Amino acid sequence: MSALRRKLLRDLIRLWPQALAIALVMAAGAATLILGVGTHASLSDTRAAYYERNRFADVFADLTRAPAVFADEIAHIPGVAAVEPRVSKLALLDLPGMIEPASAMMVSLPDWREQRLDLLHMMRGRKPTPGDDREVVVSEPFAKANRFEPGATFSALINGRKRVLEIVGIALSPEYVYAMGPGDLMPDDRRFGIVWMSEKALAAAWDLTGAFSTVHVALMRDASVADVIQRLDGMLTRYGGLGAYGRKDQTSHAFLDAELKQLEAMARILPPIFLVVAAFLVNMTLTRLIALEREQIGLLKALGYSDLAVGAHYLEFVAAIAVIGSILGVGLGTWLGNGMARLYGDFYHFPFLVFRMEVSTWIIALAVTLTAAFGGAAAAVAGVVRLPPAVAMQPPAPARYRHGLADRLYRLLAVRQTLVMVIRHVSHKPMRSLGSVFGIALSVSVLVGTLWVFGSTELMIDVTFNRANRQDSSVGFAHARSWSALSDVAALPGVLTVEPYRSIPVKIRNGAVERRVAISGKPRGGDLSRVLGRGFVPVTLPEEGIALSDMLARILHVEVGDLVEVELLERDRRRVEVPVTVIIEGYLGLDAYMDLGAANRMMREGALVDGVHVAYDEAKRAAFFDKLKTTPVAGFVTLQRMALIKFRETLAENMYIMIAVYVSLGMIIAFGVVYNFARISLSEQGREMASLRVLGLSRGEVSGILLAELALLTLAAQPLGWVIGRGIAEAMVRAFESELYRVPIVVGPEVYAWASAVVIFAAFASAAVVRRRIDRLDLIEVLKTRE
Amino acid sequence: MAETIFRTRALTKVYATGALEVQALRGIDFDATRGEFVVLLGPSGSGKSTFLNIIGGLDRATSGEVWFTDHPLATMAERELTLYRRDHVGFVFQFYNLVPSLTARENVQLVTEIARDPMRAEEALEIVGLADRLDHFPAQLSGGEQQRVAIARAIAKRPEVLLCDEPTGALDSQTGVRVLEALVRVNADLGATTLVITHNAAIQEIAHRVVHFGDGRILSTHVNAERKPPSVISW
Repeated sequence: MSALRRKLLRDLIRLWPQALAIALVMAAGAATLILGVGTHASLSDTRAAYYERNRFADVFADLTRAPAVFADEIAHIPGVAAVEPRVSKLALLDLPGMIEPASAMMVSLPDWREQRLDLLHMMRGRKPTPGDDREVVVSEPFAKANRFEPGATFSALINGRKRVLEIVGIALSPEYVYAMGPGDLMPDDRRFGIVWMSEKALAAAWDLTGAFSTVHVALMRDASVADVIQRLDGMLTRYGGLGAYGRKDQTSHAFLDAELKQLEAMARILPPIFLVVAAFLVNMTLTRLIALEREQIGLLKALGYSDLAVGAHYLEFVAAIAVIGSILGVGLGTWLGNGMARLYGDFYHFPFLVFRMEVSTWIIALAVTLTAAFGGAAAAVAGVVRLPPAVAMQPPAPARYRHGLADRLYRLLAVRQTLVMVIRHVSHKPMRSLGSVFGIALSVSVLVGTLWVFGSTELMIDVTFNRANRQDSSVGFAHARSWSALSDVAALPGVLTVEPYRSIPVKIRNGAVERRVAISGKPRGGDLSRVLGRGFVPVTLPEEGIALSDMLARILHVEVGDLVEVELLERDRRRVEVPVTVIIEGYLGLDAYMDLGAANRMMREGALVDGVHVAYDEAKRAAFFDKLKTTPVAGFVTLQRMALIKFRETLAENMYIMIAVYVSLGMIIAFGVVYNFARISLSEQGREMASLRVLGLSRGEVSGILLAELALLTLAAQPLGWVIGRGIAEAMVRAFESELYRVPIVVGPEVYAWASAVVIFAAFASAAVVRRRIDRLDLIEVLKTRE
Repeated sequence: MAETIFRTRALTKVYATGALEVQALRGIDFDATRGEFVVLLGPSGSGKSTFLNIIGGLDRATSGEVWFTDHPLATMAERELTLYRRDHVGFVFQFYNLVPSLTARENVQLVTEIARDPMRAEEALEIVGLADRLDHFPAQLSGGEQQRVAIARAIAKRPEVLLCDEPTGALDSQTGVRVLEALVRVNADLGATTLVITHNAAIQEIAHRVVHFGDGRILSTHVNAERKPPSVISW
């Protein structure tokens, strides 16, 4: 090993705490990069492979009833590769040991041929015997949540008739990776599942023998989704088509897309923060190291080492730290990525997981880290290359301080000289001090930029469940019914209040932009399910016109007073022009509301309702559920209160992991910056501090000088950190925003307080480490040597 | 008989660095009285700095007694030694050890702010002849001027003892003389017992008493019958 390499190695060993602090910041950057990129790649590859293997369809359409032979006509649409007609209907379930009703999407399996699209991935058991009206396959998450094994039975209310079904198989399907019940705001695997059954049996139960109610279509590679949808819609109109839609409007696919988008955003936002801090730390530390080794640099050059060789020596030092950081980051990122991907695998229920930790990702992480390191080192190393040996061998000129405007102030206020030292030292190298302030601020901002999510989730819950949807339950009908249905529900045991609603599937359009939504018709003066305007104030829907959520209004580029075209997807598929009368606030989905009367007038129907929102007496809950499960009143039942409880449980589980991760990341930055600053400051002022100890200042007084510096920087960094953190939060909100949900940005004072508390704690910790060094300063050594 | 300020008996100091033991002091018996100006002479490694550090409360003896008036330094806790330095001792070093970010006046104020009965910083700087350099930073002062600031800083607390380790070591003859003049004047005006370490034999003539160190021992001591003013010596 060459002498220079040996020096490099010893320098690394000597400076290991600082090198490690920098390497950890780099590791955090590399890890978040690998985590983001790797998890994104895993999830998106898994999805792609799953879709491919199990032939996930491209276009979907629900209809009332079409003859089976009509599927052949669909197959003739140009661009269509395969057609899968089937029967799929909602059913209420009565599960053993569960007092509340559950529901299922009943889906038919072809009896005399193989499935063409959306193939089941059998996890256990077998498919039902063709024509058997008792055997079913259930979705795995539903089976798991209810601890169902093949052989278990449960009853279902199929088209108003109670049947006992027996589980013969457990499976997964690419169309229900994310399975959410009707009216639900989040998945509840216990209460909603997919049940596959013989087509003959299912069709018979719904009087659809020789017909289908849903069709899935796969397209050829170069086919246009929009063209096929248009053709399909035209053909299905006479069969009660509800409007075909592509993958982007398919619930499961859309939720996965939103998740992928979030992962991508995280991979874009977090790593650069760490890498900027790492670059700055490299710059700060290397500049000091080079200042201390000035004479050695001169000596090396005098001995005949070229400028480049000496420069390269310092670059190698930095590269070594970057490589250590990258290796740590790759290890950490891969470990976290594995965990994260498994978490996703569990949550989304993929039959397999393509966990791809490609060498290319690692190389990107290494390259990015090295770039940041070299970026930080550039100026310092350039200085080394330029330094003429004769100048280098002389000790550097003593630090020149100048009188500042503040000097009079110090004297006027009788500021202690130790404090004057602090202020002058901090202001003497303003770029370094500002850089440190910025670095600490970034650690605050990482925390502010992530911890706010929990507060805003609380707000979403509050708005969604406490202010807007205050019902305990919603009972949905299979078909629109007259007002008398309202009294049927009101008559159920324990029911306190009922409130009818309509839910009308439409395409809403402005010019070329259109979206499929369900218009909710709400009665005047309703108090359970309310529509909230700006500032979450309940609004009364005007007798005419339509209210749009601000997201939908934004997508359609409309404001109050504009006209939108509403295309009814039920009945006669009429197109109606409706004025936008209110813009409302909402976070989940794309909402459109109308006054119930106005909705019925638009449909040209009398007083019909699609379902009833219910508030029930908690004490009579069991009786209420029991009745619901046995009488053919409801097509499906949504339990908002119970969903909320479950959501909170899931949230709590994930929240602590997330908080632990972000707090660690924030602390790594804070510790790295404060520790390096303190060590450098100590290296510059150690001699002065020892002199002060000799003059009779106590350990506490002397450490106070350095600690005051750190405190000054740390405190100055807080407000800046809050502002940057708020910016990160806004960037995340923009990046996370999808048509499925929008996250409100609320950064409460507790978020700032927590972020600052964590960072100040990390600063304290690093200060405590440095303080031990101050206490051990060698008083004699320092007096005997010239700096 | 003048009051004894320092008294050491059988003072030894052993530095153990790994397997190697270095005997820096091998039994020093020494006394100094109030107001005395003592020059400690000897080659490097003779133990004079170790001795000065021990009586200055910067280092601890391995064995033997060290008394400052009636206080035993050997048994003092770290905190007490700090107070001892703060209240009684003035140090002057070869490399001045000024705080570069503080002006001359502020460097002196560092000490006057924590001392019990200090003189004003301006007064201390006046004594060493720097009344016109109050607001200069160390980088704006010559070596001799910096050393005189260090002396002003050492005397501003009106110390009972002034310990100087090679105060002229980094200075040329002419500048060194001005620093010595300041020391002699402070010794005379304030009555501080002054111990000056040097390996520069020329300096011994300004002392009341000269102590020769060698190999960790006091080799000899002699009293100058007649002290010379610094202005007549050179090196």
